[in-house]
Amino acid sequence: MASAAHSLDAEPIRYDEDIVRAFVIAAMFWGVAAFAVGLFIALQLAFPVLNLGLEWTTFGRLRPLHTSAAIFAFGGNVLFATSLYVVQRTCRAPLFGGPPAAQFLFWGYQFFIVLAAIGYLTGVTQGKEYAEPEWYADLWLTIVWVVYLVVYGGTLLRREEPHIYVVNWFFLAFILTVAVLHVVNGLAMPVSPFSAKSYPIWPGVQGALVQWWYGHNAVGFFLTAGFLGIMYYFVPKQAERPIYSYRLSIIHFWALIFLYIWAGPHHLHYTALPDWAQTLGMTFSVMLWMPSWGGMINGLMTLSGAWDKLRTDPVLRFLIASVGFYGMATFEGPVMSIKAVNGLSHYTDWTIGHVHSGALGWVAFVSFGAIYFLVPRLWGRAQLYSLKLVSVHFWISTLGIVLYISSMWVSGILQGLMWRAYDRLGFLQYAFIETVEAMHPFYLIRALGGLLFVLGALIMVYNLWRTTRGEVRREAAYGQLPALATA
Amino acid sequence: MPTKIEKDSVTGTDTTGHEWDGVRELNTPLPTWWVYTFYATIVWAIAYYIVYPAWPGLSGYTKGIWSYSQRVEVEADIAQARAAQKGYRDRVGALSTDDIRKDPDLLAFALAGGRAAFADNCVPCHAVAGAGRIGYPSLADDDWLWGGTLAEIQRTIEVGARSGHAETRVSDMPRFGADGMLTGPQIDDLAEFVLQLSGRGDAAMAASAERGRPLYAENCAACHGDSGEGKPDVGAPRLNDQIWLYGGDKQSIVASINAARAGVMPAWAGRLDVETIKMLTVYVHSLGGGR
Repeated sequence: MASAAHSLDAEPIRYDEDIVRAFVIAAMFWGVAAFAVGLFIALQLAFPVLNLGLEWTTFGRLRPLHTSAAIFAFGGNVLFATSLYVVQRTCRAPLFGGPPAAQFLFWGYQFFIVLAAIGYLTGVTQGKEYAEPEWYADLWLTIVWVVYLVVYGGTLLRREEPHIYVVNWFFLAFILTVAVLHVVNGLAMPVSPFSAKSYPIWPGVQGALVQWWYGHNAVGFFLTAGFLGIMYYFVPKQAERPIYSYRLSIIHFWALIFLYIWAGPHHLHYTALPDWAQTLGMTFSVMLWMPSWGGMINGLMTLSGAWDKLRTDPVLRFLIASVGFYGMATFEGPVMSIKAVNGLSHYTDWTIGHVHSGALGWVAFVSFGAIYFLVPRLWGRAQLYSLKLVSVHFWISTLGIVLYISSMWVSGILQGLMWRAYDRLGFLQYAFIETVEAMHPFYLIRALGGLLFVLGALIMVYNLWRTTRGEVRREAAYGQLPALATA
Repeated sequence: MPTKIEKDSVTGTDTTGHEWDGVRELNTPLPTWWVYTFYATIVWAIAYYIVYPAWPGLSGYTKGIWSYSQRVEVEADIAQARAAQKGYRDRVGALSTDDIRKDPDLLAFALAGGRAAFADNCVPCHAVAGAGRIGYPSLADDDWLWGGTLAEIQRTIEVGARSGHAETRVSDMPRFGADGMLTGPQIDDLAEFVLQLSGRGDAAMAASAERGRPLYAENCAACHGDSGEGKPDVGAPRLNDQIWLYGGDKQSIVASINAARAGVMPAWAGRLDVETIKMLTVYVHSLGGGR
């Protein structure tokens, strides 16, 4: 089914929305799976008995399952759904390649996810963070990704708009750069054509640098550029206001793209990586602060003249809170990249907290906002089943995130301080196991935060499911003040 | 599409005149504070490049005017930490563990160093403060497999148990059941007798324990002693107390007789320096059971 929009010359454009619907469903499915596995491994850290004594269910195997499911399965499907929806509408052109290419993209990407997940559970991985899938899965993803680039780029080329809206710069930068990152970091030699095992072509410290060049730009281009694309379309649509500043969008786009790609070495402070490379990673991370905030300013200030809508529109609240979390995480990141700070924060839970303020607060919240926007439109419904439930989802998830990141701040800083504590005679103050024991209460708080986040996602699934059926919950109009009693 | 610049009624700012699917853009200038903060981070970065190692070239890299090097810095830190402890460490190296214990100042240093080294190296098996766990002896009691004097403890740390060290501590209890030396019922009787040795015999099982008595005398007493008092010079544990390395319930004792036990401890000579081993010795000796 394709919805029709009227171009100026009367010929309706047949937008391909089947594929967007499919990606939205996949995003919610993998999202719930990713959050649930995250909760489970958070509990494993608090209660090691939950490793269940089976190799397939140990933390070591489930952890990449969680991170990949969250970033690539949930985040990836959201990016596919939103980018393919947005590119058609902002170009007034149907998808290049039509439904066959779109179907290949959908099923090809889901196949990659399953292929990668099976590898994680059976212990077949490259052992490279966020790039765990082995060579055969990497090759398959490369094919899918090239088709994505062709479909996306082809649609841009056949656009009927004279200009390319900023949202498409961000999506295009995301697609192109992820392709380069994935291919270069994934270069590996299989042991044999029939062996799942391969060895990277990058040796030693070069390998570490390439890995973190990839790893940090997975954050920069997958989780930032791609999701800024979402923000640049869905915030002005939902707020019904123009984007705050065209000029800011240009400057912060190019500054972000240019600076992000250098920031990776900050993951390798105080290692075998040469001093000069650490310097560059740190300084480029600090210079990245304002370009990141350019996106936050453009998102928040788009609400100029429409701030009151936050009271009546919980979907907009998700979108705006996400921009707030984005601003917070992109300030914390440069701070943590400074070597003196990193000396304390690195390898501690602080890093985990930082990642989740970005992943839950920014990536997931902006995705939730976009999906709440999309589902009624994709299924041809006038409104969501319940705005009240959106609001409940918002508050329960926000509370979950606050519990998560604040417990990890305390835990991480405590951990870092315990590791470096010396007594007056110059001996280490604490055994490693004592630092682990000190983490326990914070692991419980973190797991509680995760539980709230999972519950919120389940409420969302319920709300969306009822919405697709065209049902509307009987509830008071959301956010309206009660009518004054007339005397 | 014709460009149509409009004035936004809310902010009074012009739009760019573009529109995509209903989305328009304001042409708001860059926020001044944003621009200047961005410039400030760039100026800071350039200053950092002047001071610190930064840009790579074809051969080497710019060293920076402070000639900073992480490696030099960490070596200096380590040298400083060593120098601060040198006086104490030299004396720990020169004196015997007995003499270390006699000097209160040096003893305090050795206990602190021993505690830190124990935390890093021993806690994973022997638990915090040497409390022990099943299969890993408690070091906080006075029950010693290989003796609890300073010299004996130091020796055990140096050579380990079944460690592969040429002079490792090793005891060879036969696998009475697994190797067919005793039958199941005999092992059962023996276990009852061992329970009785440690004062936990069940009156209802007195007959069984009595049948175990000659089996004990014949098979066990040579190492564990006639009354189960143990023999530290062959590493045979004492059986007439309430301290059980592998569990003191009947089932665990039956399992121990059946297939024996063979715990492993690494040899620390060569892994840790002599001073650290001595400090560990003094620390372990102080945990409660040193003789």
